[in-house]
Amino acid sequence: MLNVGKLNEGVVLDHIEAGKSMQLYKYLKLDQMDCCVAIIKNAHSNKMGKKDIIKVECPIDQLDLNVLGFIDHNITVNIIKNGEIVAKEVLKLPKRLVNIVHCKNPRCITSIEQELDQVFFLADEEKEIYRCLYCEEKYRAHRKQR
Amino acid sequence: MRHLMSPLDFSVEELSKLFDLANEIEANPEKFSHVCAGKKLATLFYEPSTRTRLSFEAAMLNLGGSVLGFSSADSSSAAKGESVSDTIRIISGYADIAAIRHPKEGAPLVASLKSGIPVINAGDGGHQHPTQTLTDLLTIRSLKGRLDNMTIGICGDLKFGRTVHSLINALVRYPGIRFILISPEELRLPDYIREDVLRRNNQEFREEVRLEDALPELDLLYMTRVQKERFFNEEDYVRMKDFYILDREKMKLAPPDMLVLHPLPRVNEISVEVDDDPRAVYFKQAKYGVYVRMALILTLLEVKVC
Repeated sequence: MLNVGKLNEGVVLDHIEAGKSMQLYKYLKLDQMDCCVAIIKNAHSNKMGKKDIIKVECPIDQLDLNVLGFIDHNITVNIIKNGEIVAKEVLKLPKRLVNIVHCKNPRCITSIEQELDQVFFLADEEKEIYRCLYCEEKYRAHRKQR
Repeated sequence: MRHLMSPLDFSVEELSKLFDLANEIEANPEKFSHVCAGKKLATLFYEPSTRTRLSFEAAMLNLGGSVLGFSSADSSSAAKGESVSDTIRIISGYADIAAIRHPKEGAPLVASLKSGIPVINAGDGGHQHPTQTLTDLLTIRSLKGRLDNMTIGICGDLKFGRTVHSLINALVRYPGIRFILISPEELRLPDYIREDVLRRNNQEFREEVRLEDALPELDLLYMTRVQKERFFNEEDYVRMKDFYILDREKMKLAPPDMLVLHPLPRVNEISVEVDDDPRAVYFKQAKYGVYVRMALILTLLEVKVC
C-alpha cells in the first residue's frame, strides 16, 4: 500500500470515481498552481471497489471547488487545517461553468469564434439543466448516483 | 450601461414606460425630431434584412440622429476574419449605440460584453429578435388598449418561428391571457415552450389544427409565414405553405374587433383581399416598429425629453 503523508492545510478529495482524478486535476487548474499535489489512482475502497484520491496542500481559498459539484457530487471534500479535518463540503451544482462543457449548437457564435470562453449557466437546478450563455442551447448535467 | 438582448430583459413595468414613450412619440413626433442630434446609430448587419435595418435607421433619423453601418458580412471586416468583439470595440469609438444582426446565435451578446456603447440585438439566427416582440406588444397595447385578458390565436409555423416563441414568452407575464395555438401537426409548438413556458406558468392554452375552429373566439390573430429554408424537401414545404390562407370568407367568422397581426414578410398565408379589412393591422404594426425602436434608442441612450 502506497503511503502519502498527512496534510497540514489543504483539501483531500476522496471517493473520486477510479480514473477520473486527472480530469479533476485539469478542471481544478492544479497544473497552474505552485503547490504540493498527490494523486492516488485506483486505491482500494470498501464502498466503491476502486477509487481515486487527490490531496492538495494549499490555502483553502486558493481552490475553486465549485466545478466538482458538476463533475461528481458524490466526491467527499475534506477541508484540512492544522493537520485535522475541520469541515466536509457538500457539493452542489455550480451556477456557472466556464470552459468545462462545449456548446454543440452549430448555429452558436462559439462555433466560429473559438477564442470565446464556453460559458454555461444553471437554468434549472431541479432538472439539472444548464444553458449556453450565448445561444441558450440545453445541456443536462447527468450526475451519477451511487 | 444597458443593452437589449431578449424581450425579457425589460420588466413589465419598464416595458409599460417604454410603450408610453412610444405612444407619446406617435402622438407628437415633432417634439422628438431633434432629440438625438449629434448622436449616431451603427447598424451592424452581418446578414441582409431590409425591414429591420431600415426600421432602425428610420427610427434614428426621426430622432434627428445619423446612422452608419454595413448591411452584409461581405462588406464588413468580418470578411477578413475580424471577431465580433473586436468590431464592437472599434465601433464603440465611432457611434453612440449599435444594432446588431448576426446569423450566429449569441453574437450580439458577445458584442455587448465588450462594448463601450449600448447594443441592441436586431436578430441572432433562430434565437432572439427582441425588437420584433416589442413591436408586437406595442401594436397590441396601442390598438387594443391592454396587454392582459385576451384570447390570442397564433397560427402557422409554431415550431421554427422565433417571433412566436418570443411573443409567448413575453405575454405569459400578463394576467388573463389565453392562447389558441393553430398549426399543422408537423409544425406544432416545441415541447420546451409548451412545458417550460406554458405549463410552468399555468398558462391556459389549447391546440387546434383548423383556423376556422379558433377564429370566433379570438381577440387577436397572429399569423406567421411557413419558412421555406426550414424544410428539407420541397414537397413538404409546398404542402405546408398552403395549409393556412386567411381570406375574406374566414374573416367573416372572426369577431368584429379582432386584430390580425403578422411579423411580415408574408407569402400567401394572408390573402391580399384581407388588407383592406380594418382588422388587418400588419402594416400599422410595421409603423409601430419604428416608434418602439425610437423609444428604445432614447431609453438606452438615457436621453431625457422635457
